[in-house]
Amino acid sequence: MSDVRIDLSLIADMVEPGSRVLDVGCGDGELLELLANRRNVDARGIELSRVGVAGCVARGLSVVQGDADTDLGDYPDDAFDYVILSQTIQATRAPRVVLENMLRIGRRAIVSFPNFGHWSIRAQIAFRGHMPVTGNLPDSWYDTPNIHFCTIRDFVRLCDEIGAVTERAVALNAAGGGIGVKAPWWFWNLFGQQAVFLLRRGRP
Amino acid sequence: MTAATNTTGRENAKAQALRDPLREANEPTSLVARFGPERGLVMDCGVTLAGWQIAYQTYGTLNAARSNAVLVCHALTGDQHVASTNPVTGKAGWWEVLIGPGKPLDTDRFFVICSNVLGGCLGSSGPASNNPATGRPWGLDFPLVTIRDMVRAQAMLIDHLGIESLFAVIGGSMGGMQVLQWASSYPERVFAAMPLATGARHSAQNIAFHEVGRQAVMADPDWREGRYLDADTRPSKGLSVARMGAHITYLSEAALHRKFGRNLQDRDSRTFSFDADFQVESYLRHQGLSFVERFDANSYLYLTRAMDYFDLAADHGGVLARAFAGSKTRFCVASFTSDWLFPTSDSRAIVHALNASGASVSFVELESDKGHDAFLLDEPELFATLRGFIGAAARVRGLA
Repeated sequence: MSDVRIDLSLIADMVEPGSRVLDVGCGDGELLELLANRRNVDARGIELSRVGVAGCVARGLSVVQGDADTDLGDYPDDAFDYVILSQTIQATRAPRVVLENMLRIGRRAIVSFPNFGHWSIRAQIAFRGHMPVTGNLPDSWYDTPNIHFCTIRDFVRLCDEIGAVTERAVALNAAGGGIGVKAPWWFWNLFGQQAVFLLRRGRP
Repeated sequence: MTAATNTTGRENAKAQALRDPLREANEPTSLVARFGPERGLVMDCGVTLAGWQIAYQTYGTLNAARSNAVLVCHALTGDQHVASTNPVTGKAGWWEVLIGPGKPLDTDRFFVICSNVLGGCLGSSGPASNNPATGRPWGLDFPLVTIRDMVRAQAMLIDHLGIESLFAVIGGSMGGMQVLQWASSYPERVFAAMPLATGARHSAQNIAFHEVGRQAVMADPDWREGRYLDADTRPSKGLSVARMGAHITYLSEAALHRKFGRNLQDRDSRTFSFDADFQVESYLRHQGLSFVERFDANSYLYLTRAMDYFDLAADHGGVLARAFAGSKTRFCVASFTSDWLFPTSDSRAIVHALNASGASVSFVELESDKGHDAFLLDEPELFATLRGFIGAAARVRGLA
């Protein structure tokens, strides 16, 4: 368990044991397996790639081939305790609709994403004048699947707009360490390389 | 493939079949379970079939806990000979690529059962078998069969074998319909379900294709209003045309083009006649002719009708999710990219319903250009998926 990605481990710790979880864009099922083993959850997944789904099925996971943008609408209200979107929201066509669907399907949503406000990214645009390419985001602008980058500040604003309530938020620095909860948003937005948000529905 | 052996085998079988064409329909070379009037089969059409039988094959060994049984459901023109030589054609079992010792569905681990469907013609009661009341073939007096009737008959066979719950039910096309019906009718008896290349209802286009096939059979004067067995004739021309038409729907344009293109059959130029100039024509004629040697025309009418009538949602107030309400069964649904008879959208409708009912479901669309028949062929992706799904389910079930 020691080589588990820090953000996945963080997400797993946010999930109540024994709950029902849907991981949207579950890849090869690493997080689902972690959740099933460590938190004893009823874990389901959606994954776009055929290879990913086949790998998940071979691991004994319940995964459906599908697309976050088109297939979340087919799930009934309140079907899950948590709907997770790990490092995927920036690759969706309609992030707002996806997030709204997540909060409709699940009582809570957990979203992790790369922070486009990180100082190293700002520096690449500001001083070198090109689209940022980093260890975390290695693709060039013309072949990246990531079409809707946002900063932590942008994400917080989207949550406000759709009435989502942040129960917990964590920013991770480049070394994978947590940034102090007392730190102000601007500090997170500058030094957080990625962020994980635990959200719930606000009052309508 | 040893063509010579196959041809000899086929000719031997044909010679035997000619001696008594109804032998397999009444006295199958496989196992058979017979039920007397006290264990009649209640059918959807309102008739109770008193005195009926179901023919089946088994492979592997049932474990002491009776927990490793896998029921394989065959498609429209399949039979119980899923992993052993077919007594009528002399050919290998129709799913031998998948089932056997060490194969994806491993008969060293699982007890595999496959039965001939009710209404079929290889030993289960159907229009070609004898009506116990008259001693003559049923013909069109046999009651109309539904997918649910087939599954009821299978459930009585499973009871007869002393098996409380099946580890898995697997099948493609019409077999997949039976898998869905099993999961809906007997959820507590199905641990894992794998419906392949199928739908929860038969589409208008598919009903239309079936109707063309039935009309071809019925237009053959030798059909004789369904009483051809009494008259000792066979509507071979009609059934052959029905099979030719249906066969096209099992393939894809890409597969046909790859296999035949516009190639000519054993000739250098067109003959300016209606002879089978093109390879694809010759191939279809062969498919039609070899089919009539092994299949009963009335059975073909009954089984196509059973598929047409299948609409699982309609049995549950129009809401497919209700068919699986509270289901504890683990599902794995798979479709093929080039299947236009049961396209991926049909499988997705099943998956949506299973999700809505909260059932455990996996779904994958497999890449293949071989059309609907891909589920019967050597498709490594299908095998990997099945191996993974069955292996994981077996671990949960505690099967070694």
